Order: sequence, then structure tokens, then C-alpha cells
Amino acid sequence: MRPALILGLCLTGTALAAGLLSLIWTPWDPTALAVTQKLRPPSAAHWFGTDQLGRDIASMLMAGARTSLLVALVAVGIGAGVGVPLGLAAAARRGGALDGGLARLNDLIFAFPALVTAILLTASLGPSATNAVLAIGLFNIPVFARVARAGALSLWTLDYIRAARVAGKGRARISVEHIVPNIASLLIVQATIQFSLGILAEAGLSYVGLGAQPPTPSWGRMLAEAQTFVTLAPHVALFPGLAIVITVLGLNLLGDGLRDALDPRLRGRLT
Amino acid sequence: MNLLSVEGLRVTIGAQPVVENVSFTLAPGEIIGLVGESGSGKSMTALAIMGLLPEGARADGVVDFDGHQMLTLSEGALCALRGDAVGMIFQEPMTALNPLMTIGDQVAETLIVHGRMHRAQALRVARDRLDRVGLTADRFALSLYPHELSGGQRQRVAIAMAIALRPRLLIADEPTTALDVTTQAGVLDLLRDLARTEDMALILITHDLTVTANMADRVVVMKDGIVVEDRPTRALFCAPAQGYTRALLHAALPRPPGPATARTCDGPGRTATPAPLLSVQNASRAYHLPRPRLFALRPRIAAVQDVSFTLNAGEALGLVGPSGCGKSTLSRAILGLDPLDTGTITLAGVPIAPGIPPATRAAMQIVFQDPYSSFDPRQDVETLITEPFHSGGKPADWRDRAAAALQDVGLSPDDGRRFIHEFSGGQRQRIAIARALITRPRLIVLDEAVSALDVRVRVQVLNLLAALQASHGLAYLFISHDLSVVRSLTTRCLVMDAGRIVEDGPTPDILDHPRHPASQRLVAAVPQIPAHWFPAPTQEMPR
Amino acid sequence: MARYLLIRSFALMLSLLAASVVVFVAIEVVPGDPASYMLGMNAAPDTVAALRDQLGLDQPLMWRYLHWIGGMLHGDFGTSYTYKVPVAGLIADRLALTLPLAGLALGLSTALAVPLGLIAAAQRGKALDTVVMGVAQLGISVPNFWFAMLLVLLFALHWQVLPAGGFPGWSDPVAGLRALILPAVALALPQAAILARVLRAALIETLAQDYIRTARAKGLNRRQTLTRHALRNALIPVLTILGMQCAFLIAGAIIIENVFYLPGLGRLIFQAITQRDLIVVESGVMLLVIAVIAVSFVTDLTYALVDPRLRGSA
Repeated sequence: MRPALILGLCLTGTALAAGLLSLIWTPWDPTALAVTQKLRPPSAAHWFGTDQLGRDIASMLMAGARTSLLVALVAVGIGAGVGVPLGLAAAARRGGALDGGLARLNDLIFAFPALVTAILLTASLGPSATNAVLAIGLFNIPVFARVARAGALSLWTLDYIRAARVAGKGRARISVEHIVPNIASLLIVQATIQFSLGILAEAGLSYVGLGAQPPTPSWGRMLAEAQTFVTLAPHVALFPGLAIVITVLGLNLLGDGLRDALDPRLRGRLT
Repeated sequence: MNLLSVEGLRVTIGAQPVVENVSFTLAPGEIIGLVGESGSGKSMTALAIMGLLPEGARADGVVDFDGHQMLTLSEGALCALRGDAVGMIFQEPMTALNPLMTIGDQVAETLIVHGRMHRAQALRVARDRLDRVGLTADRFALSLYPHELSGGQRQRVAIAMAIALRPRLLIADEPTTALDVTTQAGVLDLLRDLARTEDMALILITHDLTVTANMADRVVVMKDGIVVEDRPTRALFCAPAQGYTRALLHAALPRPPGPATARTCDGPGRTATPAPLLSVQNASRAYHLPRPRLFALRPRIAAVQDVSFTLNAGEALGLVGPSGCGKSTLSRAILGLDPLDTGTITLAGVPIAPGIPPATRAAMQIVFQDPYSSFDPRQDVETLITEPFHSGGKPADWRDRAAAALQDVGLSPDDGRRFIHEFSGGQRQRIAIARALITRPRLIVLDEAVSALDVRVRVQVLNLLAALQASHGLAYLFISHDLSVVRSLTTRCLVMDAGRIVEDGPTPDILDHPRHPASQRLVAAVPQIPAHWFPAPTQEMPR
Repeated sequence: MARYLLIRSFALMLSLLAASVVVFVAIEVVPGDPASYMLGMNAAPDTVAALRDQLGLDQPLMWRYLHWIGGMLHGDFGTSYTYKVPVAGLIADRLALTLPLAGLALGLSTALAVPLGLIAAAQRGKALDTVVMGVAQLGISVPNFWFAMLLVLLFALHWQVLPAGGFPGWSDPVAGLRALILPAVALALPQAAILARVLRAALIETLAQDYIRTARAKGLNRRQTLTRHALRNALIPVLTILGMQCAFLIAGAIIIENVFYLPGLGRLIFQAITQRDLIVVESGVMLLVIAVIAVSFVTDLTYALVDPRLRGSA
């Protein structure tokens, strides 16, 4: 295996493990205030120090991992769950009504970056983590639809698809049996990329107050709250940022590694 | 004095040798054919001469071109020679030209990068060179882009680029392999004519021995990276010294249709009077083209016009025509993949239209051209070849049927558990035939089924098809742009041109005495080996 | 080309129309009664009634939508409820900061990414390529607002060479520009990393094409092949990313404004959300959406300029 892939797996695994572990155990209660202990630098008791309200930063980061990963994961689920079937259906009848409609829908959704959607949702419904999930997920839909459509289109011209049609298989069945397995690697790589972009987007939205609301722990909001104290205690801003970088870097390395490992051009005529 | 001499050329990619100890010479103005099957090292030899080997490849030995040591020359000196003293054209005309540059600029670029002239002057020369390769100013303006040209026209642009500075050597790497037969003939004529009139030596690299017969002064045959034979063309054709050359030549010879004719009157499961199995009546299909202007009507192109014919049970019928003549559209309609506008198609009396009953669907199978794209790479061979059972449901003995089908095409039943990338091109085409046999069909459509295979493998597959026809009582509809391959397998032949059937008759008659101009063009386009060159058949000839 | 232009313009209009409906529905329909929503629970009934009257809430939806669109076409974006001034002027003031910021970041990221992508592709597999791509890998993993905080820590607080935040206005262009340097760098670096990676990948893909081999056979050297043939062909995928980046830069600028306390469009919108000034939010968001759609329209046109194959078709 390639070193980048291993490093990616390790970093992503660390973030995932921290998030899962926080469900049953954190060093301190991430929501417990201890004003006397505020802005303490890293120590044996508080590995990453404490914030302006005396909360343990390490514990908050673990709990925040849960929020970040969950938001990004659900957003990828929404994007892939809606986008992939749309893209497959559009490719199955190239130039058909659905194909044209999908192109227009993609144009429309691309006009609403996640931040703009989140602004709209927050303005009309009030702030919540659900807004962030919806805003990021919605923007993922055309991304997955495009990848699925492009991958499927290149396969639909191949003779083995014609062979399946001669065997009497319908377009939906061909899409499931022959197209999906052969574009799975493309989709997995895209999902990894969208996952990492989702974590960045969630952090950004929480930072400007459009995402997770207190007391839900969130890396982005930790940074927003840290901003005022950054001159007094840089560690308050340093560690949440590093947590984001490590997770996103891990996912990006994983995505690149998977692309290289799954790219048919690098495997000769295997696929 | 030789223009080019190659001595002990050895090319390795990593630790893998792909060319071993290759030596040959080329006199000024001489044409040699460099012939070999895929993987024989012929293209690597050419790229080594040009100094254009892919990254990771290295060449040793001596390549002396007009006094220049090409293997040790600096990159700058090589760049000065390339395009000026030596030009090269490649196999795939569809991708060989920069899609974003006009053809005029691409031809002129050769003149400009060698510092000979400014753009305006270079464009004037480019015009002249494009005229020379048959792309005349009235139809082919310099401002055209590659996507506005056909494959044959693009290959002519590539030739114009390569000869812009009248090089002393032109290397043509499979220049016609991607073109259909009629286009191929035109491009070959042009290359020969250029070599003769412009005093340019030509290395014609090809997998097809027949192509060299009327072109080359000398033929160099390569196999597995080494030269197996290097002799004047006529001597090589009349009396090939090496078994391998003989096998190649034998495979390339037009074969008598004898056995197929003999088979038409017997074979299992057939009645004495031939019954029409497939009947096509007045079939027509038109397509809309994109609007030329925004509010113009969409023009229609008639792909198939009023086509009628019948195919009897157990008969092998050829359907021949140039690219774009409508044979693909017709075959899709026959397979029930696309509807007709008007007309009817029946198979054993059942009308063919989308939603065919399973039994009829199973009675008709297809073998495609490209053995590499014909199979889903993620399924094992057994799953692949039993796919045609889909419409009618898998019979209880489907595993036995799959094993039997694999044995029928000369493979082992154990191959069913392997994946398609483990097989060679020829083996894949056998698997494609096994897939077509599995439902015990009455008709198999062979869509250019041997066109992508090396000549020796092609003969083996054609022999297999002939044997299966006899043993299984199959009817074939053999679609091809190449007349030479239908000769051996079919008894009757249809010639299609511009959407219509223009000739219908016994295959030998059409091949030997074509009446319609379209048929005559097709026949004339097939590279011919002069009849008196044929070697006498000998016992040792491998089949 | 005329045909392509017409079809793309039609698609542009369609997108704008659909987007405006989405914004209108989200702001004026989803909250129920926007007037009570804006004024909160404890508002006096006659205040609510006055606002309802100002917003024309008693009119049918269709009328309100057309009124809003018609107003915007005339440059009338309504009157801010909190600031009591026309929204158009308010937004124009803020754009004087956000647009230069986004433009500066776009220019900076392109100026950085193109040479880096070219070098990495030309040196593919060598040490320099590995280093450049390693830094780029890190660059795309850094959230720009956190990177901005680090920049402030270093350049404004530690070395004290640039202002930590705030904006003095354009009356002193040098001071104005100085205030935008750190925000622009924070925005540009992660974008440059993405762009450099895409450019490198596109160049490597293009360099493997048959026509590159043809160009080499014509006698072009590696550098000529790269600049005369590969670069223009590689531009097509790069344009796609560049178009999307503009959208992200606009969104990113809004977030970065928060780090540097810059009075741009983003701060305006966020304050309006807090103050429930839906009139400002509606127009501000619509403007953002128009900007994104316009950028993708320009990207489409640039495609056609680069690629002759597109000009004949839709």
C-alpha cells in the first residue's frame, strides 16, 4: 500500500475513533464550566488546556469530532442518495427529458453555495445543525449526479451494455447490475472528497453561527469563541484548527490514495 | 549509401526487453513495410528511431540517420531533425490532432518551429501541402478545426503536417488501421505517391501483410521484438522463408469459399427447402441532426431506406458497406434495440420490436467487434456468458450449458470461474461466441466480429465460426466493412451504401464481378496480392 | 457561436428566475408572517400592521414577487427595517469592500497556482513536484478562517506589520489595501492549492494525449509542446474549477470578513440575520446568487472561446 493511503487511514481513523469514544468517555465533561480554571495552557490534567469558560478543550474536541463527522456524513448520504440515482437515470436516456431537467436543476443548485443556503435557512427557520446538514447535502446532490452521469455515459457506449440489452435487460436493471459496480470506485473517491469538503463547510458555518448551536460541541464554534481570546491564549484557537486540518487532510489523502488504487488506468486492462 | 541504418537496436521498458537486436537499412526513396502482430515491437522500433520512446524506455545499439547518431543525439538536435528531415504519422487520426487549433495552423506550425518562415508565409505553404494530400481549398479551408473532418481527412492533415518540410524519411505507424477499407485505399495511394514523387523514404508499419504487397519495396517481418525475415516484397510473398511469415501470409490470403458452400445443404435441424428465418421488409429509419441554425428545421438523415431481404435458416449472409452506410442502424433494429420508422422485421414469423417475447429474444444473439469492451470486467466468465438467459430465465442445467458452450469454442469449463482480464483478445472473442451460443440461438449477428483481431487469430476465429455453423445449424448475419473477411464465411452477400441495399447475390459473384459502383469501390479498396505471387500450398502450413 | 450564446443566455435567464423564486419563497413564505417574525413576539399590533403595510403583505403572493423583482430591476431593493435607509445604498457601500477582496484573492490565487501547477507538471515525479503537491495537499485541508487567525497572530500581533482588522475606507487607498492584504491571502492560499492541483492533473492528462506526440514528431521541444499545445487544452478543466472557485471566494469572503471585522456584505447579512431584518437578507442573498450565476455564465462563454467544438453545439 502507498504511504499516503496509510497516513490518510490513520488520520481519519484517529478522528473517527475520538468521535466514537466521546459517546462513552471523555476526560472531562465537555460542557462542564469551571470559571476558575479558564484559559489554562496544556497540562497533564487538561492535555490541550481549557477555554475561556474553563471547559476541557480535549474533551470538547472529541465531542466536536462527532458533530463534524456526523454532519458531513449525512450530507454525503443526502448528496449520493439523491444525486447518484438522478445521474444514472439521466445517463440511461441521454438527451431525454430527465437529462435536460437534471442539467437545469444542477445549474440552479450550483447557484446556491452551502453558505448561501444556510443563510436562507437560518434567516427563515432559525439557526441549527440541521440547516448545515441540509445546506451541505443539497450542494452535494449535483456533484454526485454529475459524477454518476459522466461515469455512466462512458459505460453506456460499451459493447457489454449492448450485450446486456440484447439479453433483454431493461435500463434500470443494467444501471444497477453493470453500471453501478463499474463506477463504484469513482463514487467512493468522490464521497471521500465531499466528506472532507463537508467537514470544512460545517466548520465554516458553525464559525459564523449558522451551524451547530450551544450546547452541541462543534469545532467551528470553538474557533469563533476563541477568536476574542486568541492573543491571551493562542492554544484555544490552535487545537480546534489542528483537529479540522488533521481530519480533512486524512480524508484528502485517503481520497487520493483510493483514486490511485482504484484508477483502472493504473491497473492496465483490469477494468 | 543508406539513408537509415539500424544496427543491433535493443529497447527495454524497465527490465523488460521489447525490441531485441533489430537491424535493417533503408535507401533514399525506398519504401519498406515493417510488419508484425501487436506486441511485436514494431512501433517501439519506430519511436526509438524518432527519439520519442515513452518515459521509462531505453534504447541501445546504433541508429544512423543520414550521418546522425539518433540514439546519442542531444534533445535539441533531435528536435531540429524531427518534422524537418524525418516525419511521422500515427495510428489514431481522431486524437492525433490538437482539437483547439485550426488545421492550417497545425500544418504551418511545422514550418514555423523550424524557423523557416513567418506565419503568413507558412500558411501559404500549408495550403499547398493540404492541396497535395487531397484536401483542396474549395472544401477544406485552413480555418477548419479537426472535429469538422472525418477520420480519413484528419489522417490526411496529419500527413500534410509530416511532409510540410519535405522530409527525407516518413514513418507511418499503422496509418490506416483505424480507417475503413475504402478510406484506407485512398490514404495508402497517397503515401505511395508521395514517396515516389517527392523522393521520400517511407517506413510503413502495419499488422496487415497484404497492405505492403502493392506498397513496399522490401518487407521486414517482426515477431516478439526480433526481426524474423527481411527480404524484397515479391520474394517474400512468393517464397516466405520463415514458418512465421508463411503463417501470416496464409492467414492473409483470400480463402476459397468452398467449405461454406458445401455446408449450406446439410447440417442438423434443417429442412430440405430453406425456410426464411429472418425477414426484413421495407425497413426505414431516419435520425434528426442538430439544427444548423437556431430556428431552422432539424434536418433528417435517412440511415436506412426501404431495405428488404430474407435470411434463411442455417444460412450465412454477409452485410458489407463503408462506415456510415447504415449497417449499424439496421443491425440495432434487427436485434430489437431500436425501433424502425416504417417496415417490419420478423424472426421465425415473430415481429421484432421493443418488447420481444423471451423465446424470440433468445433465438437471436450477437458478437461484437471489440473483445476488450464486450465484457463487464467485474463479473466472472460464467456469469458473463449466461447473461443471455436473462429474458427467458436460467434453465436448471445452466452450469452444464455454460461449460458446454466454453468447450464448443475451444476453452475449458474451468475458465468459467476466471475473469475477463485474464484472457487474450482472441480468447475473449471465443468467450463472446460462447455467450452467443448459450441460448442455442438460430441466428447470430456478427458485428465486425473479427475486425479487431490479429490476422492469425482472425483465421482461427473464422474457422471456429464455420465449424460451429455446421455443428449447431446456425444462421449468421456477418456485418463488416471489409469484403475480404466475408469471403470465407458467407455464401450470400448484401452490399449496403447510403442506407440502401445496392447489391444482393452469391458472395463469390459480388467479390469477383461487382456490378454496382459502391460494390466496385469496396472490392477495389481491398489490398490485393498479385495472383502470381501466391505461394503454392504446402503441408507444413499451420491452420 | 451566436447560437451557443443565445442558448446559454436563455439558460442564464431561467436560472435567475428559478433562483429568485427560491429566495422569495424561503424569505417571504416559509416564515409564515415575515412582519411578526421580524418584530418578534412582543411587538405592538400597530407596529406589526405598519410593517405589514410597508412590505405589502396584504397583497397576493404573485403581486409581491413581481413587485420585488420589478423593484430590483429598477435598483430599488426596499428599505432596511433596522437601518431605515434604502437597502441598495447599504449593499453598494458594503460591496465596495467585498468585491475588491474577492477580486484580490482570485488574482492572488491564480498568480500563485498557475506557475506552481506548471512547474509540478513539468517536474512530475521529481522532488520539486512532491514538495509543491505536499504543500498543496496541506493547503486544501486548512479552513481559511482558521488560517486567517494564524495570519493575524503572526503578522498583526507578533510582528505588527499589518493591521489585525477593521477597514479605514478607500479615502486612503494604501491604508485600504493594507487592510485587505491579510484577508486576501487567507482566502487565496487554500484556493491556490486547489487550483494548482487541478492544473497539474489536467496538464499531465493532456500531456499523455496523442496530439502531444504528434507535436513532438513535428519537432517541437518539451517546453514548446507544453506552452503551445498542452496548456490551452488543460485550460478547459481548470476553467471549471476557476468558475466554481469564484462562487466559493464570494462565500469565503463573507466568512473571512468576520475574522477581520471588515464591514462587507457578509457582516451586513449576518447582522441582518441577528436583527431579523429580512429585507436586507433577501436582497443580499439574491445579490450573492446573481453573482454566482453570472460567474458561471462567464465561465460557459470562456469555454466556447477556448474550445471550438462547443461553438457549433449547445
